[in-house]
Amino acid sequence: MRLTVNGIESEISSPPLTPLLHVLRDELDVTSPKAGCQQGGCGTCTVLVDGEPRRSCLTPVAAVDGASITTLEGVGEPERLSPVQAAFYEKYAAQCGFCTPGMIMAATALIDRKGGPVERDEVLEALGGHYCRCTGYVKIVDAVMAASRGEVGDVQDLPVSEAGEPSVEVHGSPA
Amino acid sequence: MAPQVLIPQSADEAATLYGDGEGITVFAGGTILMPELASGRIRPERALLLHASGLSGIRSDGGVIRIGAMTPVAALVDGPVPWLLSIYATHVADYEVRQSATIGGNICAPPGRESQRGDLGAALIALGARVRSAGKGGERTEAVEDFLSGDRSGRLVLEIEIDVDAARKSGASGKRRKHAHSYAIANVAIAERDGELRVAVAGVGPTAVRCRSVEASRDPQDVLEDVDPVDDAVATAEYRRQILPLLVREALDRLETE
Ligand SMILES: Cc1cc2nc3c(=O)[nH]c(=O)nc-3n(C[C@H](O)[C@H](O)[C@H](O)COP(=O)(O)OP(=O)(O)OC[C@H]3O[C@@H](n4cnc5c(N)ncnc54)[C@H](O)[C@@H]3O)c2cc1C
Ligand code: FES
Ligand code: FES
Repeated sequence: MRLTVNGIESEISSPPLTPLLHVLRDELDVTSPKAGCQQGGCGTCTVLVDGEPRRSCLTPVAAVDGASITTLEGVGEPERLSPVQAAFYEKYAAQCGFCTPGMIMAATALIDRKGGPVERDEVLEALGGHYCRCTGYVKIVDAVMAASRGEVGDVQDLPVSEAGEPSVEVHGSPA
Repeated sequence: MAPQVLIPQSADEAATLYGDGEGITVFAGGTILMPELASGRIRPERALLLHASGLSGIRSDGGVIRIGAMTPVAALVDGPVPWLLSIYATHVADYEVRQSATIGGNICAPPGRESQRGDLGAALIALGARVRSAGKGGERTEAVEDFLSGDRSGRLVLEIEIDVDAARKSGASGKRRKHAHSYAIANVAIAERDGELRVAVAGVGPTAVRCRSVEASRDPQDVLEDVDPVDDAVATAEYRRQILPLLVREALDRLETE
């Protein structure tokens, strides 16, 4: 099996029924999709499969053999945030950040689909299956609407971690 | 032991590989099966994945709408299908789950532990839909209520058929948990064709049920002769018994005023 993840093609050796989520995280080391409920109910594992948002925990990798997958890593870079990422930053739409990868992927797909400003109820419909336990949703919805209207400035002062800074690894941590 | 994985490239190959279904677990959208697999509650011997079998799509064929088993629920939301089916498709899960969830998986869903499944069943029964399936003894086509109340194991669903003029009038009413995934407490679907009424209820037990007593009497209270509601994490059986006649009344009223 083969997958193109954020533009890079890889041969996949996980068994065919492995959830796409675990192929991304454990085989390809792409860790922005989070393992939340792993039952389809929370949304944080959402990635784009050929541009469409899908729950990676519900998707056997064999069913997307040959597909192009986009994760948060493929949406922007620390120095150059995508409009949705910049809006999340500006509007304080993330607190702990666990839901954020799925929220941003679903919001990015929504704005691509609509191709212009999105209304509040469209955001609620598109993000309705995504749970956030921190923000209360208001700031997330505001951020998505602002991004869709292009109302985001240049984010200049992002605290980007220095190369060489010790990275903290907790074995078995979902992050 | 790792399951053997079969990926048929056509409907015929799927039916051949399926055989009489012995030892086979069919994977459609996977929205029910993948959590079961991840938690170790199922350990398939042989997995038949249908994504490449060409069983997806809605086509109209003379007076009949044919919906492939692998058609995603999302395609029913604004697809060329009767209003009654669309409206129930809109309430299945959420935007992303509907892209993966299939109509075949919806009518083959095993009973849920916490909540009831198969929300499309009531609309399909009311619309007089038929299920074409393969398995032991070859292909057969039967009314969806017969499929649901019979032994579904050993059948591979290929297609759902609905007559284009299935409903001259239709009515729906339901109660759901206020929740992103709006799990059903009870759903009622009613369709009228040539003066004949078809009434069905879903979300109150393991499968959707056709309500022949209500069809005969048009008395909403008779729904409790047709269904035997269950307790689950979403609602109590008692609550379901209380609201069902009211929902049937509401759906009948909507039918009249349409
Ligand atoms: C977050 C969440 C919310 C949900 N909300 C709802 C809801 O509101 N309403 C609702 O009805 N459901 C809901 N579901 C359940 C499920 O998504 C749907 O019932 C869906 O339509 C199942 O289809 P599937 O293709 O994903 O099934 P799968 O998981 O692939 O299969 C389900 C079952 O059907 C069998 N099967 C599938 N296709 C066939 C076939 N062609 N022939 C024979 N057997 C087959 C499988 O072997 C398995 O036993 C929800 C699920 C999730 C994860
Ligand atoms: S981890 Fe996939 S939806 Fe929660
Ligand atoms: S920011 Fe913590 S779950 Fe959403």
